[in-house]
Amino acid sequence: MGTKSNSRLSAVNGQLIKKEFRHIFRDKRAMLILLAMPVVQIILFGFAITNEVKNAQVAVFDPSRDASTTRITERLQASRYFDVVRRLGSAAEADEAFKEGTVSLAVIFGENFDENLWRTGEAAIQLIADATDPNQAATLTGYASSIIADYQQELLQLHSVPFRVTAQVRMLYNPQLQGAYNFVPGVMGMILILICAMMTSIAIVREKETGTMEALLVSPVKPFALIFSKLVPYFALSVVNLATILLLSVYVLNVPVTGSLLGLMMLSLLYIFVSLALGMLISTLVATQVAAMLASGMALMLPVMLLSGMIFPVESMPEILQWLSSIVPARWYINGVKKLMIEGLPVASSMKEFAVLSLMAAAFVAVSIKKFKTRL
Amino acid sequence: MSAFAIYAENLTKCFGSFTAVNSISFSVEAGEIFGFLGANGAGKTTAMRMLCGLSKPTSGAGVVAGYDVAREPEKVKQSIGYMSQKFSLYEDLKVWENIRLFAGIYGMRGKHIASKTEQTLAHLGFEAERNTLVKALPLGWKQKLAFSVAIFHEPKVVFLDEPTGGVDPATRRRFWEMIYQAAERGITVFVTTHYMDEAEYCNRVSIMVDGRIEALDTPKNLRQQYSAPNMDGVFQRLAR
Repeated sequence: MGTKSNSRLSAVNGQLIKKEFRHIFRDKRAMLILLAMPVVQIILFGFAITNEVKNAQVAVFDPSRDASTTRITERLQASRYFDVVRRLGSAAEADEAFKEGTVSLAVIFGENFDENLWRTGEAAIQLIADATDPNQAATLTGYASSIIADYQQELLQLHSVPFRVTAQVRMLYNPQLQGAYNFVPGVMGMILILICAMMTSIAIVREKETGTMEALLVSPVKPFALIFSKLVPYFALSVVNLATILLLSVYVLNVPVTGSLLGLMMLSLLYIFVSLALGMLISTLVATQVAAMLASGMALMLPVMLLSGMIFPVESMPEILQWLSSIVPARWYINGVKKLMIEGLPVASSMKEFAVLSLMAAAFVAVSIKKFKTRL
Repeated sequence: MSAFAIYAENLTKCFGSFTAVNSISFSVEAGEIFGFLGANGAGKTTAMRMLCGLSKPTSGAGVVAGYDVAREPEKVKQSIGYMSQKFSLYEDLKVWENIRLFAGIYGMRGKHIASKTEQTLAHLGFEAERNTLVKALPLGWKQKLAFSVAIFHEPKVVFLDEPTGGVDPATRRRFWEMIYQAAERGITVFVTTHYMDEAEYCNRVSIMVDGRIEALDTPKNLRQQYSAPNMDGVFQRLAR
């Protein structure tokens, strides 16, 4: 008897899930938006924020003009990234150069560079970058630092004395240095929550509006089966989108998954589940599709863009906003993706993110099931 | 009392301090066509929701198809059909897909559904529309289809909430022919309507005013009792 009623139950679920897929596949416009949105966003963000730098204009202040500083300057000049266009008379002149907009990187050598290097084993270089374009600034200082590190490496091989050339990097105008690889986790966080939450809430509310929900509620279908069948197709679509985003970011944007792919997938599936649960919650609170759209648009898109750390770093927010951002699921997801995908940290490093997202999922499901029942 | 298809005793529903349905009592026999009339806001929909197992009564009892609406709503739902004033099929599904879906929801077996779908389509003269999206059908056709879907699983009772809203008199007539056919097969029909000519078609009619049933009898007796020429006159006297 138990298995018989179970198989009947799953037959009903199958029918309901088929129906949901038909709703989606027959709405060509929605399909297009669902599947093309991630592609368009990744491409737009990807090419708007390009991190390829060639022949950047460099100013050099070199008070000592000794063997080492000359070698380093030559190397900078020789690389395809840099073009030394200006010699500065003083360190302060760097400011002017930046204001004129003629250079994007200034290299300031310390006084008596070579002498310091040989006597104390330590010498200082300051790299100043125009960080109005943070990605370019990061790339430039990165390249310059590695050229300096190469030189240092060479010295070490020639002499067994440990030399230390410390390159001190200063970012002008945007010290947090957001950008570059950050937009991939950000776009993932935004697209997944938008598709899952907005689409599920609209799909449920549409049935309220057209009156079919009434027909389902007077039928023997269990509310749980009803909601479950709504979630399945959007879950599937989100997995497709997740794959699209990852493939595009790896093969088109060359942002590789440096950490555990399995960990990243698990975190993403958890986040998709949180988003679906949130969509369910929204659908129990609003009565029309327009309201569902506005609620998910305003209540999700803006916090995700502004509070999740996708654009503005959470650390530099006022305390109250930091506190507020901790209830935005995308913040935790994006954090986790940064750790697992960009920084290549082990899965254990993002246990906190997993825990917070799990708690959120449980809370959303509990509240929406309660709401769904009391609504009747 | 289980001999009745629908039985209500002092059925009451309060929302806070507002009493939407105020202690109504009535019974409907199997195979009867029972008209449930009342002005907008009189409490018809609330009463109907309680009888369908959608909403728990504040007090009183309701028994539908032998099941208590408060204690066994799931069994009530399994035994009834429902068609609402809002059109309740999926516009973006084909005719056969809608039938398949709702038959499946009511636990019918695949084979049984297939053969019965043929019968139903033939009966409606819809054989050519099997693969048509429902949104492409004229309103009158949709309503006939919705009714056929509501009684597809042979429920004991079918609830019709203003089923003929917005269709022309000729289509309404044909719709009522379908209702009569269903009643002849033993299906109890519980129908709300604002059309007084339709009220005349019912075996018995109740009229709700402000949450109470003010009149309940056959249309003929009601006309005599209120000395009105037709049901419209009766309704005007009561509902104002």
